Amino acid sequence: MDRTLLTRVGECEWRIEPHGPMRVPGILYATEALIDDMDAKVYEQVVNVATLPGIERASYAMPDAHWGYGFPIGGVAAFDPSRGGVVSAGGVGFDISCGVRALHTGLNVHEVAPIAQALADELARAIPAGVGSEGRLHLDDAEMDAMLAGGARWAVDRGYGVTADLERVEERGCMAGARPDEVSPHAKRRQRDEMGTLGSGNHYLEVQRVAEVFDPQTAVVFGLQVDDVVVSIHCGSRGLGHQIGTEFLKQMVAGAPASGIVLPDRELACAPIESPLGQAYLGAMRAGINCALANRQIITHLTRLAFADLAPRAVLPLLYDVSHNTCKVEEHVMDGVTKRLFVHRKGATRALGPGHPDLPAALRPTGQPVLIGGTMGTMSYVLVGAAESEARSLGSSCHGAGRAMSRHQALRKWRGRQVVNDLAARGVIVRSPSMRGIAEEAPGAYKDVTAVVDAAGKAGLSRKVARLEPLVCIKG
Amino acid sequence: MATSRWEHFDHGADIGVRGIGATREAAFEQLAMAMTAVITDPVGVRPAEAVELRCDAADDEVLAVDWLNALVYEMATRRMLFGRFDVSIGADGLRAVAWGEPVDRRRHRPAVEVKGATYTALRVGKQADGTWLAQCIVDV
Repeated sequence: MDRTLLTRVGECEWRIEPHGPMRVPGILYATEALIDDMDAKVYEQVVNVATLPGIERASYAMPDAHWGYGFPIGGVAAFDPSRGGVVSAGGVGFDISCGVRALHTGLNVHEVAPIAQALADELARAIPAGVGSEGRLHLDDAEMDAMLAGGARWAVDRGYGVTADLERVEERGCMAGARPDEVSPHAKRRQRDEMGTLGSGNHYLEVQRVAEVFDPQTAVVFGLQVDDVVVSIHCGSRGLGHQIGTEFLKQMVAGAPASGIVLPDRELACAPIESPLGQAYLGAMRAGINCALANRQIITHLTRLAFADLAPRAVLPLLYDVSHNTCKVEEHVMDGVTKRLFVHRKGATRALGPGHPDLPAALRPTGQPVLIGGTMGTMSYVLVGAAESEARSLGSSCHGAGRAMSRHQALRKWRGRQVVNDLAARGVIVRSPSMRGIAEEAPGAYKDVTAVVDAAGKAGLSRKVARLEPLVCIKG
Repeated sequence: MATSRWEHFDHGADIGVRGIGATREAAFEQLAMAMTAVITDPVGVRPAEAVELRCDAADDEVLAVDWLNALVYEMATRRMLFGRFDVSIGADGLRAVAWGEPVDRRRHRPAVEVKGATYTALRVGKQADGTWLAQCIVDV
């Protein structure tokens, strides 16, 4: 991105002054180096989002921002329904409520090392992943609707996990306001056999060790110490979310002119929140959130079963579950007035600071765990929401590393088998049905996640608590 | 260079698919081949089963996205891959037959699942040399 287009406000804060049809400024949180590496399209997309009706305060980009669909990935924007504010299918993304869940294991690296190969085999067997895989659970129409209304709570009621899990999931595991009747038969059909599946692409399940602790006090509250073993799960709402996104995007493109909305880019398609289409999308999208929460809950259950066979001493309570593709109703103070806003986070993680009433009591003193996926060969991070994040970014932070090169470039550069062997030499066991998929997801195809989380720290969005390194990676 | 062909083009996180053909229909067929090639080598997909599809849209560009999304739906719900396509476009929209087979994970080695076709880099039209081109980015 061309830095001369931006006004530098701080070490990690850049501003796009409102111009043309922009209703608010653009604000980007990144170091100089990250800005230089950022796609020029991010500038264009931050500007485009700033033109949408009812947007409040700013169109934000997180340190990992890259070229997305309408909204940048790493984009945050809040809309006020009383000022004609909109909801955007592109602003949520195709994989509704894609997110990361982390589980403790109660084991340390020395206990896991002797069983790591067997654990990799068992997890790869137990958790369906990749193209053509099918879940073990098949939902009829009534169960589908119950799942879409109940989310992780539905899954726990069906025996996939325990009530205590729900405390550590955003929305206590169940997104209110879901409307299963607004989810099309096509979307439901696509999901019927996909519950408890991981998907493909950048989705994964990893067994990880805590490699480094940066903030010992918070790490104690989170239950993390060096050499502890945790499990991280990255996946979303599978076929159902994709189908909802596809269908509503088309309807929003068609309906925008009648609502007087000028779209600088079709992917930015949106509808007024207070319109039948806007309400229908919100109902369906919330059902999509519940689908993702239920999906991660079922995978959690399958993971626990796999551990129980090989490490009977293991207990796997949740550290936390975050979603990074959402639109949620939240209260934020704008110029001294508390407003009820619809906050889109596309490839951005909610990052509530200490004391926030939505946090479970145990986490209220520290702030919210912010789980950042890295790559299968390098590292992931556990961050904590900063007190300043509310004022800085409506309580939001980054979500991952972001790709540094396209899948084609990665395929030209690496062979899957070689990537697997190189990782094995470094102590990382990879299981995947696709060697080409592994090459496309090679660690070198991603940006440096450390640069991203450090920028988020300097910008006052979140702080580093611990760094995680993979021991076992199950890829789709 | 053959008139009918498909190719991929780069996009940050996802993949661009492009079909080129003597007619709009041929370009749409090649576009579908390009999408299959995101997942697996289309040559390795046996035309064992035929699936009929229909879709309709306000213009050619939205029709191209709808066509790919209809295929994404059929691939996902039937757990199939398609390697041959016959498209006709008329006043009542697009009708097509797609030939393929159930996913065989050992033989097809599918790399990645296509989540959906998008309006990004979307173009359908006749080029200066008279051939038709259809393209967009698919989200994986």
